[in-house]
Amino acid sequence: MKYTDEFRDPARARQLLDQISRRMASPVLQARLPIRIMEVCGGHTHSIFRYGLEALLPDGLELIHGPGCPVCVLPRERVDDCLAIAAHPDVIITTFGDAMRVPGSRQSLQQMRAEGADIRMVYSPLDALQVARNNPGKRVVFFGLGFETTMPGTALTLQQARAEGLSNFFLLCHHITIVPTLRALLDDEDVCVDAFIGPGHVSMVIGLEPYRFIAEQYRKPFIIAGFEPLDILQSILMLLNQLADGRADVENQYTRVVRPDGNRRAQQAVAEVFELRERFAWRGLGEIERSGVRLRPAYAEFDAEQVFRLPVNPVADPEDCRCGEVLKGQLQPRQCPLFGTACTPSQPLGALMVSSEGACAACYQYQRTDVQ
Amino acid sequence: MSLSDETLITLSHGAGGRAMRRLIDELFVDAFDNTELARLEDQARLDMTGLASQGDRLAFTTDSYVIDPLEFPGGNIGTLAVHGTLNDLSVGGARPLYLSCAFIIEEGLSIGQLRRIVHSMRDAAQAAGVSIVTGDTKVVPRGKGDRLFINTSGIGVIAQDIELAASQCRPGDRVIVSGTLGDHGAAILQARGDLALDADLASDCQSLHGLIQRMLHACPEIRAIRDATRGGVAAIVHEFADASGRAIRLFEDQLPVKAEVRGVCEILGLDALHFANEGKLVAVVPEAQAERLVGVMRAHPAGQDACIIGEVLEGPAGQARIRTLLGAERLLDLPDGELLPRIC
Repeated sequence: MKYTDEFRDPARARQLLDQISRRMASPVLQARLPIRIMEVCGGHTHSIFRYGLEALLPDGLELIHGPGCPVCVLPRERVDDCLAIAAHPDVIITTFGDAMRVPGSRQSLQQMRAEGADIRMVYSPLDALQVARNNPGKRVVFFGLGFETTMPGTALTLQQARAEGLSNFFLLCHHITIVPTLRALLDDEDVCVDAFIGPGHVSMVIGLEPYRFIAEQYRKPFIIAGFEPLDILQSILMLLNQLADGRADVENQYTRVVRPDGNRRAQQAVAEVFELRERFAWRGLGEIERSGVRLRPAYAEFDAEQVFRLPVNPVADPEDCRCGEVLKGQLQPRQCPLFGTACTPSQPLGALMVSSEGACAACYQYQRTDVQ
Repeated sequence: MSLSDETLITLSHGAGGRAMRRLIDELFVDAFDNTELARLEDQARLDMTGLASQGDRLAFTTDSYVIDPLEFPGGNIGTLAVHGTLNDLSVGGARPLYLSCAFIIEEGLSIGQLRRIVHSMRDAAQAAGVSIVTGDTKVVPRGKGDRLFINTSGIGVIAQDIELAASQCRPGDRVIVSGTLGDHGAAILQARGDLALDADLASDCQSLHGLIQRMLHACPEIRAIRDATRGGVAAIVHEFADASGRAIRLFEDQLPVKAEVRGVCEILGLDALHFANEGKLVAVVPEAQAERLVGVMRAHPAGQDACIIGEVLEGPAGQARIRTLLGAERLLDLPDGELLPRIC
């Protein structure tokens, strides 16, 4: 635990906050207030709220909570797909704890489990594979979700399943990739972001190169950041330094985990098992080109989308939902008319209220009323 | 035939005949060994003059125990069933005296395991000076239960001058916890075996009765005490804030959490404030007595790691919040339901 404590040291945090305040005083930055920084990843959003960082930052600095929570952007029809598969009496659904409470159009996996479906929480896709080995008479479906962080684990599991010749293991694939979504946000003229706190664990897999266009074409500073409070504060300081100097680079704050070229073996496993879909739906953002992956034809026998008949019923978000505007930084969670009334973590209507990493859920949980 | 010739509980052990008689006589009555139980009437008969001499109110509580696995580092379902109900009596200021104990056993449970559990209940009750005076046994067919459920009810007596209530918290009061947070919750997660973690974790399952009697003796002004079981210390703090119509602020840098428990929390994205405890109390006391009371608690084995973790504020009514390590303030969240790990 010593290793994490170092990155939560209050004295060092105060030093960084002082440096941030001094940087903010620079005339270049004062001339372009407010400075709007988007943290892409839900893990960062959670840390920011968990440690109350926003309250400690100087005026004129705004954090925009981006789309990087894979549970939040899971469309309801994908949960419906999973529920339709779970309704087969010979099926065991396995998935991460994060997915259990995500509402479909009618109910969540947790609710369907209460009605008798065999739905089990696992900590790793390899645990799901073990469930398949232990239950040869059942069809075991792993509902895989997440960005490049969890994709390699799923890829290795599929490789293992094929090597063992398992015929009762399937993947319902909702793995997504963040980079095309960042491009879509940057192309959206409604989005006003000056700089990005980039995802740490995704970058551990994909490295720095995929973000290069953000600095070069869009001239936005981009810092790959760790998840502890000092990581986030230091990243904010690095972004302000770039903005004050008129630079736009991709820099790596999370050097203790992220290597510039990422994890090649993980990349190879992902490339061998998955291919990009032409387009994929994100809850709150709509369809984004080349933003999701599916199994390659060589793995078709494991593909739950091909093995099971799935309902084709796109489900629109409720009309009053303003998730898209919150994701783009145009609206604070509390400014949404549904926030905390019709839409709460126990009855989420909008995507961002679903997971504790979603901006609205974090805001509800930690700042529901302003703490004096 | 004797019970020691048998290996598994069968439906016969709940059918009212000889097999059930063997189970009751040779296991329960033998282990819990007291005259009330040995009478084998349908009810225990408790002497009212004896009770009245110890106080002016009876405390009466009940709790059912279901846990997977049945046995875990630091305890088992039986020790939970004794300590849990005793603690529910004790935190009201009562001296616990009698327990009832009902077993719902799934056909197929090993008699050896049941014997271990019953013997640890006997030891826990003896150590706390209480008698298990009445009970019940049911056996359900395989698949109709989860091996073993236990219900215990408890009776205790509250002395004249003791009046603990969460509604009494006043601004300026201090919030004290009797030891490290979340040991039980983390130990159970590990004992289930699906985390592939290898940490030195044990449940804190213990009786708080002795500690509480000493606390009340040293500091009669204590406003309220609760044991922080399901929902953890966070749930208790919310209960105190709601019941008193005050706000409560915790200090994150004062929370006692073992390194191993913090490790589990970090890996799963969970918070030790939400983890269950089975032998930790949270007390609210006037500021002037707080430091001295912590000293008294630390001198007791069940309170060695006691410390002040928060304070009661004027308002807003019902608000629970926490000052984070970095000095910012935020609400103290209360999970909606099951604790679900953040993985993806």
